[in-house]
Amino acid sequence: MSATSPTDPATSAKAVSAGVPSLDVDPFSAEFFEDPHRIHEVLREAGPVVWLNKWVVFGIARYTEVHAVLNDPITFCSSRGVGLSDFAKEKPWRPQSIILEADPPAHTRTRAVLAQVLSPTAMKGVREHFTATAAAKVDELLARGSFDAVADLAEAYPLSVFPDAMGLKQEGRENLLPYASLVFNAFGPPNQLRQEAIERSAPHQAYVAAQCQRENLAPGGFGACVHARADAGDITAEEAPLLVRSLLSAGLDTTVNGIGAAVYCLARFPDQLARLRSDPTLARNAFEEAIRFESPVQTFFRTTTREVELAGHHIGEGEKVLMFLGAANRDPRRWENPDRYDVTRRTSGHVGFGSGIHMCVGQLLARLEGEVMLAAIARKVGKIEITGPVKRRYNNTLRGLESLPITMSPA
Amino acid sequence: MPSITFIHPDGRQQQIEAGDGESAMQAATRNDVSGILAECGGNAMCATCHVYVAEEWLARLPAMSDDEDALLDGAAAERRPSSRLSCQIKLAVDLDGLVLNLPDRQL
Repeated sequence: MSATSPTDPATSAKAVSAGVPSLDVDPFSAEFFEDPHRIHEVLREAGPVVWLNKWVVFGIARYTEVHAVLNDPITFCSSRGVGLSDFAKEKPWRPQSIILEADPPAHTRTRAVLAQVLSPTAMKGVREHFTATAAAKVDELLARGSFDAVADLAEAYPLSVFPDAMGLKQEGRENLLPYASLVFNAFGPPNQLRQEAIERSAPHQAYVAAQCQRENLAPGGFGACVHARADAGDITAEEAPLLVRSLLSAGLDTTVNGIGAAVYCLARFPDQLARLRSDPTLARNAFEEAIRFESPVQTFFRTTTREVELAGHHIGEGEKVLMFLGAANRDPRRWENPDRYDVTRRTSGHVGFGSGIHMCVGQLLARLEGEVMLAAIARKVGKIEITGPVKRRYNNTLRGLESLPITMSPA
Repeated sequence: MPSITFIHPDGRQQQIEAGDGESAMQAATRNDVSGILAECGGNAMCATCHVYVAEEWLARLPAMSDDEDALLDGAAAERRPSSRLSCQIKLAVDLDGLVLNLPDRQL
């Protein structure tokens, strides 16, 4: 990508003409990944709209503006990419998504298909199995006592239910997490994380492309359900594999980091674990609050389709706007005690799953996985202790851990 | 400002004042009406703001979309002819006095 130099007078002129503060922070740097909250506060307090010199884009970090932009998909479009790369100027690194990177009316049709495949009714069909698998996983981990909550719990549990629910073959599943990591790194700027991920992507891309084909998806799974909608004429036979690809891109690493966030919260805040144990029906809300608190998906971009005023600032056509979901989810203008993890909080309205027409289509599946895992922990676990160094995993979009050594003791 | 009444499964009535242009779900969460979860925040994606609309009001609400219809099939509590998602009920003056019954569960 030909990133314009930050000192280019034309780009500084955009910030000046918009009348917004210009900041030098890099939200795709190791410094940021280690502690985003301090920089989030700087971004929020600088103004409702800021200019980010490093990547020559507008940024928004307050709840009101993030929510407003998410809910105006005609002005702030997705079809030019939801990462930094502008598809109007640059070829996408992979064939463009027909749901995530699409606008109405094209988006409306594909969205309806995935919304039906992952509907409340569909969740009823997998709930019992997901619940039993979570309980068995917690029993197994309690027997071990000490383990890595990332690999052995946050990754292991979704890996034990999601690929089967999709209808994937056993072979090759080790490609799923690297592929997802690649997809989420690729939304970021052309930094080392993105470049290296794309350079190493060939085998993972080949695996995913093959698994999206009908003959590789077991009957009854979510993948086969997408293909069935092609038979019904709702989508074309060429579109079906691309929609399966969306499920494989966004359906696993997100729940891994969501469950990882929840366990990390319960390990750090024993009073909240105690509250959850006293009332296991709080499990679903405890998961939702972890999504608000940690925001496993930190950022997405939109591109303006016209000149627009945002919070009184002028933004021209064709400008990328970076939305800080994690900052919006801790905006003190919207949330009381935003930096407190509270399993009883009324979380409705958080933007951890986005908002509006592109709001996470798999949110019910994510909540189901999170709820049944936390409910199993609430009933069976007495204590969680962090027993070693906590290591963060760096990704341009996803916030999560590389390693979380813990000991879990039975109730 | 329209005033609406939620009736809890135990018969308890809760009257709240809604802001103009708010949805019944938004008014409920803002006034902390237990029994309205609204997990998706009003995006018609989760069916956890399910209500039973009082008979006399049913015909006065705008028709439901196909999305809402499909979601209600998956609602946790029994679906009835009076079932609606409260996030899809926009409140205006003509709905002043609206009565909504809460189901026994949303999950």
